[in-house]
Amino acid sequence: MSRHVVARVDEITPGACKIVTVKGREIGIFRVNDEFFALVNRCPHQGAQLCKGALVSGVDSPGPGEYSLTRPGEMLRCPWHCWEFDIRTGQSWCDPDSVRARTYAVEVEPGATLAKGPYKAETLPVSVDQDYVVITV
Amino acid sequence: MNTVVMERQPVTINPSHMGFIDCDIHPAWNSLAELDEFLPQRWREHRAIIGTRARKGLAKTQNYPRMSPGAGMRMDAWLPDGACPGSDLPFMQKQLLDLFNVEYGMMLPFVGDERNVEFAAALATAANEWQLAHWCDRDRRLKGAVQISIEHERAAIAEIEKRAGDRRFVQVQLPQRGLEPLGRRRYWRILEACAANGFPVVVHIGGEVHPSTGGGWPSYYHEEHPSYVQAMQNMVTSLVCEGVFEHIPNLKIVLVEAGFGWLPSLCWRLDKAWKRLHAEVPFLRQKPSEYVRQSIWVTTQPIEEPERPHDLLSTLEWIGVDRVMFSTDYPHWDEDDPRYAFKAPLPESWKRKIFHENARTLYGLD
Repeated sequence: MSRHVVARVDEITPGACKIVTVKGREIGIFRVNDEFFALVNRCPHQGAQLCKGALVSGVDSPGPGEYSLTRPGEMLRCPWHCWEFDIRTGQSWCDPDSVRARTYAVEVEPGATLAKGPYKAETLPVSVDQDYVVITV
Repeated sequence: MNTVVMERQPVTINPSHMGFIDCDIHPAWNSLAELDEFLPQRWREHRAIIGTRARKGLAKTQNYPRMSPGAGMRMDAWLPDGACPGSDLPFMQKQLLDLFNVEYGMMLPFVGDERNVEFAAALATAANEWQLAHWCDRDRRLKGAVQISIEHERAAIAEIEKRAGDRRFVQVQLPQRGLEPLGRRRYWRILEACAANGFPVVVHIGGEVHPSTGGGWPSYYHEEHPSYVQAMQNMVTSLVCEGVFEHIPNLKIVLVEAGFGWLPSLCWRLDKAWKRLHAEVPFLRQKPSEYVRQSIWVTTQPIEEPERPHDLLSTLEWIGVDRVMFSTDYPHWDEDDPRYAFKAPLPESWKRKIFHENARTLYGLD
């Protein structure tokens, strides 16, 4: 496992995604409000580029005719077959027992800390007066 | 137990998933105006001034909002400039034809169920020219489906005869839910023309002329999705019970996008009833299942996924492994990917038939 600086905090707006390649694998970095999440860009169902899907809300229902939206923007809907995944855990909404999208630990670190290392920042120059998104892969 | 599966690596596709024949690809236009270059002046003006009037319940929309924008498209099939999925050959090559080195692709465009039968016939002819000019002649892997207006018999037969012998077309496309069940005699001369000119008939799910279930309109898209399977069962039953296969024994019917898991049980039921009701349909000299076995081919998508995946193998055997052909349904949201579609491993000889040989034989491909 190693830590990788993948984005400046201000380059990913809330609801947006940046797709990065780390250790040969594509990973989508998502921002929901001020939290960041990282998921592998590959749907565990049939291999689509999962992170190009839409961020949607969860929908709960206690019974026919009643609905409530939950956790706005925290479900990632695959662009192919519309399977939805919890952006926090990668858990599949429609097949939670058998598939999960790979997630990675994400932290926000100030550039001043990063400058001390040891981080692999091969894709991004780091400046001490910025905050950065760091993932562990 | 949760399993973490499959990191995304550079795409390398197992050779066994390459080079298949895809029996369901949807080319599309962004606007019907793209057919203008193939329409006579009279119908270009009609389209521009009066427009289309489809046989359907609702104007300018489909009966149900489907998953993802654009009535059920794979979201990454939209072009970067916003053009419709399936409207651009290079993009289709990148996402499907070249990615899998597809050997042949059977195109099934949607022309719409136009009520003005003269206009419908002109649109069908234009859509045929459009398939040739924009697709077949630019990528020889793509094969056309002859479009006709089924409610305009004379024009339909003329169109079929006009396209006969042109190997860029491999089949004639007829509607699943027309005004009447497809086996009715009003359609026999068209069916005869297809068989006489060596064209299999392909029937893709669709049509909103009638309520989507025999019991009326459902509430949800989740209900509508399987209703196409019911409509396909009705159509097969009609073709068998009306005696079409007795009358046109060399007619070949290809069912597209209705899956196939239902076909054996439908045959069991038809056979059982036939033993008791034979006096009503004395012209049926064979068991219904025998007509189906001889004359009907099925395509796989959207493939059934039984709880015990291996049960699918029995289903395939009941239908006949030589009657099943692989299809993706690109670029629609519920398409199947050849790498993942079958949840149980198929014997090698079955794979050869389903992914290659059955379509090659049926369509007489090189």
